[in-house]
Amino acid sequence: MRSTEGTGCADTTTALTLHINGERQERTVDNRTSLLDLLREDLRLTGAKKGCDHGQCGACTVLLDGRRVNSCLLLAVAADGTEVTTVEGLADGDALHPLQEAFLAHDGFQCGFCTPGQICSGVAAIAEAAEGWPSAVTPDGVPDGPVELSGGEVRERMSGNICRCGAYVNIIDAVREAAR
Amino acid sequence: MTTLPRTLGADTARLEGREKVTGTARYAADHGHPDGLFAWAVPATIARGEITGVDTGAALADPAVLTVLTHENAPRLEEGVDPTLAVLQSPRVAHRGQIVALTVATSLEAARAAAGAVRLDYTSEPHDVLLGLDHPGLYAPEEANGGHPADRERGDFDTAYDEAAVQHDAVYETPPLHNHPMEPHAATAWWEGERLCLYDSSQGSSTVQQMLAQLFGLGPERVQVTSEHVGGGFGSKGTPRPQAVLAAMAARVTGRPVTLALARQQLAAVTGHRAPTLQRLRLGADRDGRIQALAHEIVTQSSAIQEFVEQAAAPSRTMYVSPHSRTTHRVTRLDVPTPSWMRAPGECPGMYALESAMDELALACGLDPIELRLRNEPDREPDSGRPYSSRHLVECLREGARRFGWQHRDPAVQGRRDGRLLLGTGVAASTYPVMVSPCRAEAHARADGLIDVRVNATDIGTGARTVLAQIAADALRMPLDRVRIHVGSSKLPEAPVAGGSSGTSSWGSAVHKACEGLRRQLAEHDEVPETGLTATADTTEEAKRGQEYARHAYGAQFCEVQVDTATGETRVRRLLGVFATGRILNPRTARSQFLGGMTMGLGMALTEHSTVDREFGDYAERDLAMYHVPVCADVPDIDVHWLDEEDPHLNPMGSKGIGEIGIVGTAAAVTNAVHHATGVRIRALPVTPDALLPHL
Ligand code: FES
Ligand code: FES
Repeated sequence: MRSTEGTGCADTTTALTLHINGERQERTVDNRTSLLDLLREDLRLTGAKKGCDHGQCGACTVLLDGRRVNSCLLLAVAADGTEVTTVEGLADGDALHPLQEAFLAHDGFQCGFCTPGQICSGVAAIAEAAEGWPSAVTPDGVPDGPVELSGGEVRERMSGNICRCGAYVNIIDAVREAAR
Repeated sequence: MTTLPRTLGADTARLEGREKVTGTARYAADHGHPDGLFAWAVPATIARGEITGVDTGAALADPAVLTVLTHENAPRLEEGVDPTLAVLQSPRVAHRGQIVALTVATSLEAARAAAGAVRLDYTSEPHDVLLGLDHPGLYAPEEANGGHPADRERGDFDTAYDEAAVQHDAVYETPPLHNHPMEPHAATAWWEGERLCLYDSSQGSSTVQQMLAQLFGLGPERVQVTSEHVGGGFGSKGTPRPQAVLAAMAARVTGRPVTLALARQQLAAVTGHRAPTLQRLRLGADRDGRIQALAHEIVTQSSAIQEFVEQAAAPSRTMYVSPHSRTTHRVTRLDVPTPSWMRAPGECPGMYALESAMDELALACGLDPIELRLRNEPDREPDSGRPYSSRHLVECLREGARRFGWQHRDPAVQGRRDGRLLLGTGVAASTYPVMVSPCRAEAHARADGLIDVRVNATDIGTGARTVLAQIAADALRMPLDRVRIHVGSSKLPEAPVAGGSSGTSSWGSAVHKACEGLRRQLAEHDEVPETGLTATADTTEEAKRGQEYARHAYGAQFCEVQVDTATGETRVRRLLGVFATGRILNPRTARSQFLGGMTMGLGMALTEHSTVDREFGDYAERDLAMYHVPVCADVPDIDVHWLDEEDPHLNPMGSKGIGEIGIVGTAAAVTNAVHHATGVRIRALPVTPDALLPHL
C-alpha cells in the first residue's frame, strides 16, 4: 500500500506444479501471488477465506505437506512442489472428515467464515498432539507420547484461528471429540 | 389433525451446515467471474482537508490496470440518505481512511500494487479528533439512535439526589470498539444492460437494493442484491457500505464484473464502529438501597458527515425503580470515522456503566449486589409507566445465583487468594428491547408436496434459515423436510435487516402468517393443483401491535476471574448467563448466539480497545494484531441457560430476540468480579494489565 515505485514487477511470473487435494496442478503465477490467492482466484477453491491477509486470523489455514499454514503468508512460488489440502479436500466423497462431522454435531460455527480455517487447523492440531508435539501449556519436558487434548491444550493450539462469532466453546468440544 | 412433534423449539442442526464445513458456502468475494476484475480501495491519508491533485500515471502504467477511479472521473451518484456512501463524489476529505480512489485491474496483485502507486496531493486543515467531557462542540441532538429521545426528566433529580442517604457519582468510559466480522466487507458487482446485480456482504439485501437504486438513479426492480452467506456483521453490515457502491461503479465503468473486498485494515474507518462513550452515572438511594434518584448522562461523538448518537442512557429508563430520573445524550462532531451500530448499540455500553454503578451502590449500602437489584425491581417501566409484557430478571438472578454457587460468596474484597492470583466473582444484569419491523413472505405449495417459503431474511450466522424453516413447518403442521426455505436475495419478498435482535420476530411473523394462510388453502383442496397454491403475507399491521406493553428481554451474568498480582493479567475462569427471552425456538442455535454475545462481551471487558491517533486522526488499532478480539485461549467454559418464559404479547412464536442480549452486562460482570478480587475499580474499559497493575 505504501509503494511509491509503481507496479513494477507484474511481468515477473513463475511456472509451478502443486498437488492440490490430490490433483496435480500446473500454473504460471504472478510472483506476488499468495498461496491463498492462487487457491481462491486461480483454482477457484474459495473454501479458504481471507480474513486479514496478514497472518492474524487463521481463516486462510490450509495443510501444506500435512502441516497447517496461513496460506495468506506464503507466496505461491514458495509452495512449488508441495501437497496442499484445503477444506474442500478433507471429505472422502460424501463421507465427511470426522472433524467436519464434529463441527456439525457441536454447532462449532455460526457465520461459517472462519470454519474452513478452523477445521484445517484442527485437523493438524490433532495430528500434532498425536505426534507428541508440545504446546505452550504442555507440562515442561518433551512428551514421551501423544499429548492428550485437554480443553486447555485445545484452547492453546487453536488460538491462531479467530472466530468473531464466538463459537470457541463449541469448537473446543468438536476438536476434542474428533481427537478421541 | 396430525399430532406431529412441534418442530419449533426443537434442537435442529443448521440447514446450511454441510456447506459451511466443506467450504462450499459462498460469500460475497467467492463469486469471482472468469472475466472478472479486482478492485482495491485507496484510503485518505489526511484527517481533514481537500484533494488538490491526482496522479494516476504510475498506477495506470501497468497494462493490467484498467482504470483508477477518483472524484475526478467516478460516475456521479444521485443524492442518497447515507452520506458515507457518497464515495468519490467530492475532493473533500472528512476523515482519515475515507476511501478516495479505487484501482481496478485484471488481478488482485495488480490492483493492490496500483493502489500503492496512486499519487494524491492534499491540502490539510487542522483537525479535531479527541472527545472530552468538556468538548466545546457538544450539543443535544434531536434524538439518539433508535428514535430514543435524547433527554428524559422525571421528578426532581437534583433535589432527590441531594437528599439521598447514599450517593454514588462516577464516570465510566468505553473506548471505540470495532465490529470486525471475520468476513471483511466485500461485493461482486456486474451490470446486465441497465440492470445492476451484486453479491454483497450485508445484513439486509432489501435495504442495499433500495439504497443502491437511489444512488444510481434506477428503479429498485433494476437492482438485484444477493447475500446468501454472510460472514458475520454485528451491525457493521446493517446498512450498505462503500464496497457495494464502489464495486457497482467500477463494473459500470469497465463493463465487466468487479470484486472488491476491503482490506482488514480499512474496515475501522469505513464500516462503522461503536462510538466511545463517557458516562456519568449518579445513583442516590435510601439506606435500604432503594434508588430515589438516577442520572445517566452520556457524552459521545460522531463524524463530521453524519450524526449517530449511541443511545447508552436508554437502559437506565427501563431497568430499575427510579422515581427521580435524568437521562441525557450529548454528542460532538469530530473529524473522525463515522460510528454506527455494533451489537446491542446503547444497551451494551450503557449497561456496562449502570451495572458497574449498581455494584458500587451495593457496596456503599452494604448489600449483596443481587439483593440490591431485587429491591429495585419496578412493577412498571419507569420511563413510560407501561406494564411489562413479561419481565423475569429476578428469576434469572436467582437461578444464576443457584447455578453459580453465589450463596457461598464472601462479600469482602480481596477475600480469596491462590498463590499470586486474586480471585473474585461478579454479577450484572442484561437487557435488550423487543423490536419488530414489517415484513413480507410467501409460502407456495408445490404439486410434488414440498413447500417453498420465501422471505428476504439474511442469515449472518444466527441460524435464521433454520429457525424460519422451523417456524414454517410448525405453522404448516408439516415435518421440516417438506419445507424449502429461500432467503438472502432481494428477489424474494421484502424483509428488514438482520439487526436489533428483531430478525426472527419480523421475518418469522411474516413466514408464520403466510404458512397459516397456505395451510387454510391446503385444507380446502384434496390435492395440490398442478400450478401449486400460494399464500402471501405482509405484517405491516401486526408490527404495530403490542405497544401498550414495555417489551424487553432480560438476563443475569455471573463471572469468576483470577487476577495475577505479578502481571496484572485478568483471566476469566467461569462465565454463566441465564436469560429470559420468551420462547427459545431452536436451543442449539440460541445457545450459540448467547455464547457468541458473551464471548464478545468478554473481549469488551478485557481486550478490545481502539484509540484515535491525535496526530493522524484515525484509529491506531486497525488490524487484528492491534485490536484484540478474544481468541480461543481467552474463553473459558461458558455456561448458558434460559428460563421458559411465556409472553403472549410478542409475536406468533412467543419469542424475543437473542442476538444481542448476550453481550449486554458481560463487561460489568467481569469488571465487578475484578473489583471483588482486587478491591480495584477500573472505570475505563478494557481492564488491561497496564490499567490494573499500578493499583495491585
Ligand atoms: S487471512 Fe491468513 S491469517 Fe488471516
Ligand atoms: S463462525 Fe463466524 S467467525 Fe467463526
